[in-house]
Amino acid sequence: MSPVLFLAQRLSAAVLAFAVTAHLATIIYAARAGMTAADVLARTHGNVAFFILYVVFVAAVAVHAPIGLRNVLREWTPWRGRSLDVALAAFALILLALGLRATVAVFVA
Amino acid sequence: MMRASHRQPGFVAAILHRLSGIALAVFLPLHFLALGLALNGAAPLDTFLAVTRHPLVKAVEWALVVALALHMALGLRVLAIEFLPWRDRTVATVTTCIGAGFLVGLLLLLNRA
Amino acid sequence: MLAVEVWRGGASGRFQTFHVARSANQTVLDVVTNIQREQDATLAYRFACRVGMCGSCAMTVNGRPRWTCRTRVAAALGADATLRLEPLRNFPVVRDLAVDMRAFFEKWRAAKGQFEPGPELPDDFAVVAPASPQRQTADAGIECIGCGICYAACDVVAWEPDYLGPAALNRAWTLVNDVRDRGNAARLDAVSAGSGCHLCHTHMSCTTFCPKGLAPTYAIAGLKRTTLARALGKPR
Repeated sequence: MSPVLFLAQRLSAAVLAFAVTAHLATIIYAARAGMTAADVLARTHGNVAFFILYVVFVAAVAVHAPIGLRNVLREWTPWRGRSLDVALAAFALILLALGLRATVAVFVA
Repeated sequence: MMRASHRQPGFVAAILHRLSGIALAVFLPLHFLALGLALNGAAPLDTFLAVTRHPLVKAVEWALVVALALHMALGLRVLAIEFLPWRDRTVATVTTCIGAGFLVGLLLLLNRA
Repeated sequence: MLAVEVWRGGASGRFQTFHVARSANQTVLDVVTNIQREQDATLAYRFACRVGMCGSCAMTVNGRPRWTCRTRVAAALGADATLRLEPLRNFPVVRDLAVDMRAFFEKWRAAKGQFEPGPELPDDFAVVAPASPQRQTADAGIECIGCGICYAACDVVAWEPDYLGPAALNRAWTLVNDVRDRGNAARLDAVSAGSGCHLCHTHMSCTTFCPKGLAPTYAIAGLKRTTLARALGKPR
């Protein structure tokens, strides 16, 4: 793990501290209010604030999760080296793509 | 016989952090795909969501929310150790983090529709 | 009588059970010495000072890495009935309870864990205020005697064979904070390489088991912060 990866991991973690807190609060609020999926989508529809929050959330996750998985795989499996890095970079892009798609989905729904 | 280092609270914290992280990483693409169904209109999403009413699915959902809270709490502990001049009282801190995770879970349980 | 299971062999081997008479205030070193002198002269183990100064007697006692000279049998047993002695984890086994420490010290060198005076002799003695923050930081980790217990306790050393380890990194941190040292550029490079300080996951086993009460975890955290600041281009 290089200083750059370390920085990316810790920085994304700091961003996620806020995003996850907001997300957990939202989840508990929605559960408390007995909201259905349709109710939730009604709230996210056209909601620019949520859109921006989730874009930032998705970007941070797309950085944080693959770097974390890299440590796990290097330490707990024999897989390491270039092929692992490439696979995880691909995973990062997949998370980013699917995450942005989902963010757009709940914005336009 | 479990290694002594594995009975240390710092190791327990690291393992919980790691396992919850793996669970979340596996879950996330599925979460994004499910939400992406909204793009196709309400019907496909509702069809999918009918599946999520199954008790087992609800239990897994609950576990994932706890995993998220736990992962964050324990992650904040790591950030504090690394960046703040804070001397970890490990047992107390780790217990608090785990407690916070389950508190979130409890809140969710008490309020589930 | 105390039942003692002792590892015999190298990487592969078996546990051999001995029986040793209990006595008051007996240490684990007393037990091992008794076995080797009275029962089986072929048992290989290390010790030197017997009084908790040299660290040579470190081994795994009932799953925990400890100095045998400073471990009372009563304390080591806890709720167990038998004493189980194994060589330190994460080191290649030479024979029985003696391990090969070469890799441990090679990593110490690789982390630049030695004082670098620089190309020119200074004009006068360095004045280092003992109460200065840097000196206090260095002093917090300076008592390390290289016994290897932290290295044996570390899971990341077990999982990532190239990891420099807590002892080497702790020493590097004391030198980073030594205002007389001239080798910090190379040292910070060395500890931020792929096998350096960023691999630490703060399990804190090193800090838990260090017999001198040192805290390599925080030394490594210091290295993380310092190398991060350096990567971001901040002056140090």
